[in-house]
Amino acid sequence: MATYSSIRHNFSVANSSTSSQIGAGAMKLIKSIDSDGSDSTISFVDGASSVVLDNTYKTYIFELINIHPESNDAYLKFQCSIDGGSNYNVACTSTFFASYHLEDDSGAGLNYDTNLDLAQGTGFMSIGYGGSNLGDACEVSRLWLFNPSNTTFVKHFTLSGNGNLKAAIHGNNHNFAGGYFNTTSAIDAIQFKFATDEIQAGTIKMYGIA
Amino acid sequence: MATYQSIKHDLDYGGYAGALMPIATFTSDGSDSDASFTSGIDSTYDTYLFIFNNIHPQTDNRGLRFIASTNGGSSYGVATTTTWFKTSHGEGDAGGSLAYNTGNDAHESTSAIPLLTEQANDNDMALSGRMYLYNPSSTTFAKHFICEGAMAESGGGGDDAACHKFISGYINTTSAVNAIKFDMEGGEIQGGTIQLFGVH
Repeated sequence: MATYSSIRHNFSVANSSTSSQIGAGAMKLIKSIDSDGSDSTISFVDGASSVVLDNTYKTYIFELINIHPESNDAYLKFQCSIDGGSNYNVACTSTFFASYHLEDDSGAGLNYDTNLDLAQGTGFMSIGYGGSNLGDACEVSRLWLFNPSNTTFVKHFTLSGNGNLKAAIHGNNHNFAGGYFNTTSAIDAIQFKFATDEIQAGTIKMYGIA
Repeated sequence: MATYQSIKHDLDYGGYAGALMPIATFTSDGSDSDASFTSGIDSTYDTYLFIFNNIHPQTDNRGLRFIASTNGGSSYGVATTTTWFKTSHGEGDAGGSLAYNTGNDAHESTSAIPLLTEQANDNDMALSGRMYLYNPSSTTFAKHFICEGAMAESGGGGDDAACHKFISGYINTTSAVNAIKFDMEGGEIQGGTIQLFGVH
């Protein structure tokens, strides 16, 4: 049985200048999902599996860590839902640009990509370019979703990430996307997937900032 | 005697997960000329984070800007140099572009510094984003900041455009910066929140 002594030494409280700051708001880990090696999708649905995606927090952050695709040149994407995950098809207008640099130094640049943005699109929004499925390749990203439970305004997001370009190219890309889900309904679920085939490794962590 | 259950529910992790410590929150009353943070910016934290949520302008195509103070907000206007670029894409598929804008950058300006400019004031439109301010209490170095936000520029009631804007720069002083004021390019802040966090 746990004793007070062992409990006391099992956590660390950050320094605070006033007692009122302790625990008030701040960034909280809500849910972490590890790929089981063959995930067609990874979803966070409010009220399911301890996920909170409602007005408890104003801002949500999703950390995508070492996401590895089954197939080469698969595009990692996401979409949101306003019906608890029954449908992921909210109209989205967005922008996408990226820098890249090849391992052999044969190319580098910074470009806006009109193929990866959306104009009131209800399909999935690209997080990055098609990545490599070589054994050591993966993709990371941080997605900010602002006030998804609001029923007055559209729902903005920004993301930036980094990944290995597809295997035939061998290079790095740094991606930036932003936009809004054009709905005044509350967003209560979000889903991540590759455009083709499975997520075969990685972790997605969901945080809330009150 | 405390039980495990009561202990468990009495634990405050103090923002240890993510290390964001809340300092202050501005909530618009619907007709604010500005949002000022005149306390809580000091040497307690190396980095400060402002999060903007659903800032709604009174006037169409008027966005957010900021100005710094080194005397606790008695006066504002510290020379600031910035870069400013954005992406833009219309709901009707117009545009799709990435561009630097020399009209919105600043060079040793003591006026309000453009951040997330030109926000549409449609009823369902507002801007959101964040700004990191690094080591404002330093008395050796200039004070760098990085701002990024998502918003919609107005199409005059027609084709609004999603914009992703990136602003960074430095407040060019070796005095401690201890107050920050946000306002709109014109008109009031008519909705939204600005939260100030310290980052451990």
